[in-house]
Amino acid sequence: MSQKIDQDHSRFRKIVRGKIKQNLRKYMSQGELIGRKGKDKISIPLPQIEIPRFRYGDKSQGGVGQGEGDEGDSLGSEKKPGQGGDAGDLPGDHSIEVEVTFEELAEIMGEELELPHILPKGKKTLVTRKDRYKSIRRTGPESLSHFKRTFKHALRRQIAMGNYNPDKPVIIPIREDKRYRSWKEEAIPETNAVIIYMMDVSGSMGDEQKEIVRIESFWIDTWLRSQYDGLESRYIIHDATAKEVDRETFFRTRESGGTMISSAYKLCAKMIADHYDPQEWNIYPFHFSDGDNWSVDDTNLCIRVLNEQLMPWSNIFCYGQVESPYGSGQFLKDLKEKIGDKDERLITSEIKGRDAIVDSIRTFLGKGK
Amino acid sequence: MMLPPYLYDIQKAIEVHAQKFGLDFYEQVFEILDYKTMNEVAAYGGFPTRYPHWRFGMEYEQLSKSYAYGLSKIYEMVINNDPCYAYLLEGNSLVDQKLVISHVCAHNDFFKNNYYFSKTNRKMIDEMANHATRIRRYMDRLGVERVETFIDVCLSLDNLIDPMSMFIQRAPRPQPRKRRTDDELDEPERGPRRMKLRAKSYMDKYINPPHPEQTPEEQDEEQQRQEAQERMPRFPVRPVRDVIQFLVEHAPLESWQRDVMEIIREEAYYFAPQGMTKILNEGWATYWHSKIMTTRVLDDSEVIDYADHAAGVLGGRFLNPYKIGVELYRHIEERWNTGRFGKEWNECDNLAHKRNWDRQLGLGREKIFQVRAIFNDVMFIDEFFTEDFCREQLFFTYGWNERNAQWEVQSRQYKQIKEQLLNMLTNFGSPHIHVEDGNFENRGELLLKHRHEGTDLRMDWARDTLVNLYKVWRRPTNLMTKVEGTGKLLTFDGKEHAERDASVE
Repeated sequence: MSQKIDQDHSRFRKIVRGKIKQNLRKYMSQGELIGRKGKDKISIPLPQIEIPRFRYGDKSQGGVGQGEGDEGDSLGSEKKPGQGGDAGDLPGDHSIEVEVTFEELAEIMGEELELPHILPKGKKTLVTRKDRYKSIRRTGPESLSHFKRTFKHALRRQIAMGNYNPDKPVIIPIREDKRYRSWKEEAIPETNAVIIYMMDVSGSMGDEQKEIVRIESFWIDTWLRSQYDGLESRYIIHDATAKEVDRETFFRTRESGGTMISSAYKLCAKMIADHYDPQEWNIYPFHFSDGDNWSVDDTNLCIRVLNEQLMPWSNIFCYGQVESPYGSGQFLKDLKEKIGDKDERLITSEIKGRDAIVDSIRTFLGKGK
Repeated sequence: MMLPPYLYDIQKAIEVHAQKFGLDFYEQVFEILDYKTMNEVAAYGGFPTRYPHWRFGMEYEQLSKSYAYGLSKIYEMVINNDPCYAYLLEGNSLVDQKLVISHVCAHNDFFKNNYYFSKTNRKMIDEMANHATRIRRYMDRLGVERVETFIDVCLSLDNLIDPMSMFIQRAPRPQPRKRRTDDELDEPERGPRRMKLRAKSYMDKYINPPHPEQTPEEQDEEQQRQEAQERMPRFPVRPVRDVIQFLVEHAPLESWQRDVMEIIREEAYYFAPQGMTKILNEGWATYWHSKIMTTRVLDDSEVIDYADHAAGVLGGRFLNPYKIGVELYRHIEERWNTGRFGKEWNECDNLAHKRNWDRQLGLGREKIFQVRAIFNDVMFIDEFFTEDFCREQLFFTYGWNERNAQWEVQSRQYKQIKEQLLNMLTNFGSPHIHVEDGNFENRGELLLKHRHEGTDLRMDWARDTLVNLYKVWRRPTNLMTKVEGTGKLLTFDGKEHAERDASVE
């Protein structure tokens, strides 16, 4: 049933959307949204949506309470406690948290950053079929018999035939009354895009650098997820050797070894070869590093792996060079020199700090591939 | 949806009990709503026919979310109207419905008999529907966006009213004077200026040549006299608390804007008595539902559920209007039953004697009926929040401790607690702000003044509100207040904010 409030509600959502859009750059350069992630919604704090009035400052006010406790005892650090009451009560001084779906967030992000939609490669979409019980048939096995429907039909028939006695309500279903649950085949689109994140965790990558990678990966996830029915993420960390880890470890690990980027690229190539047929999958490797590779030889090896395996297989291959306290390395320059414009699937971006995150994301995702 | 017959019978039975206790209420119409509709109606402040505005949508989303997460549930809603409309939530247990019906009878009695409600519109449901129609018509004509934005501006000012003006004849209002528009300001004032003919500025010195016999000193003098004359009389003659009314009368508004602002003002005044009597009203309703339930309505099997519910409503460590209200009424009843009041009681300092004090007056019931008829929250606390009561009920004040970043119990001193309570209740906990000058600096600017009573304003909101005020006044807006002990004058001139020190007495 449509309600009168729906109109006001959609006005409110529109305002929320506008506010998020307005503040998107701020959200994108500060990691504050990441901790507020749910399964398919995200909660966003919006401080400015309430109507301003001349009011007292919140904390300077204090109040009166009731109960045990000595002077100086703690009452918690929550926002000013609600005072329990009806609607139309004094307006509270809380900032508002709104929930938006990732889909909505990605849409807002797409509009604000002017990201083109992605044309998935390959015509066929991968689909599995699954049976679901969602309809009714007149025939079927007894184990699937639908008691309520059967009863209703029997009752209806008996009343119509005039042999229903309200004082002695005995219902006897006959064959024609029987109803059975039945299934339908449903097509469920299967995951058909994979992001493979690779990150340099050598000693020169500090916490701030990792935070930048974390924020970027959140927004990349959000965008790509809105573009594909299903999305898988894999994580590889490397110093001189590479290994696959889960998401939590990915952002937390800190090693002190040297850097051999080729190790990660090789592992990535192996991963794709083993699990993700490039004919069917849209593959997105992202690599973040400070660009301080161990040796020229290793860099050459990297470029060979890229040219021969990773790039031909992937939709795009993104390399983000995060500036570390020790400066920016050579790797970005090498990549540009050796591959450069020859292959447009290679996208590189230099991320100097948090403010550069937005532009870097636009560089990565701006091609629509 | 109308009540099902079994609930209707219960309603009638409870009403009879309530009337026997002496409650006197408007005819009651109960409706039963599912939670969605309940949230909708609650978002509209109880009126299903309100004008469209996004904040109702926001309220609705928050109510729905908090209901979905099981954090809160609206049991009951009751509208001050004749007949009195009240809503029950579908699917509540029978005990809860009985409790709510009893509760509503008492609210209704309060609406009808408390003095502060005596000036409210008892056909508010119809009035709200009219408001909605008017606002919709403006929206159709001018676009939703434009009207809604202006409503936002009005709402931002809707606590700047004078709730007591309904009961007091303030000094006679100054005759509405047309405010000069910007264009006119550039022209010379048309006033009782001596020996001066109207002239365009470039012709002025020919048409009004300087008086040949006047020395320059004399000319200066005359100019000063003219300026002094211009500044008089002060505008407004005396400070105006009803800022919204002042704006309606004097701000350069289009007619639809004036109408919208009047609507917002009217609704603010309608809701004001509910803010003024929160404790008294909730306490009254709680007192009576508990009396009616426990002595008349409950059957044995329902006692536990009832107690459970009551504990939920009356719990919590922070100020709970239900709790403090009902306890105060009981305290008063007890005092007047036993005669613990008056000169003799106050002057007695024999504690043992006082403990067993009982004059068997039995005036308690009569007294609380009197209290509900003529008191508001501030008077209620001021009069009856005694030291004994404060101690028995374990009240304390709390405050924010910056160092530990937490709320802490601050004091158990009776004087401080009472002071804090009264501070919170005065003017609904809103700051006192009035129009000081409508022609500030002799430049048509608006000056509001905050009567500082120890608590600073929230500055970011104050600035935003000045911006909204500017949208109405269309000349720079100023607010005089104090920040951390020093007087400040905040100004918004249409482009940017300024702040300078000012002396505030």
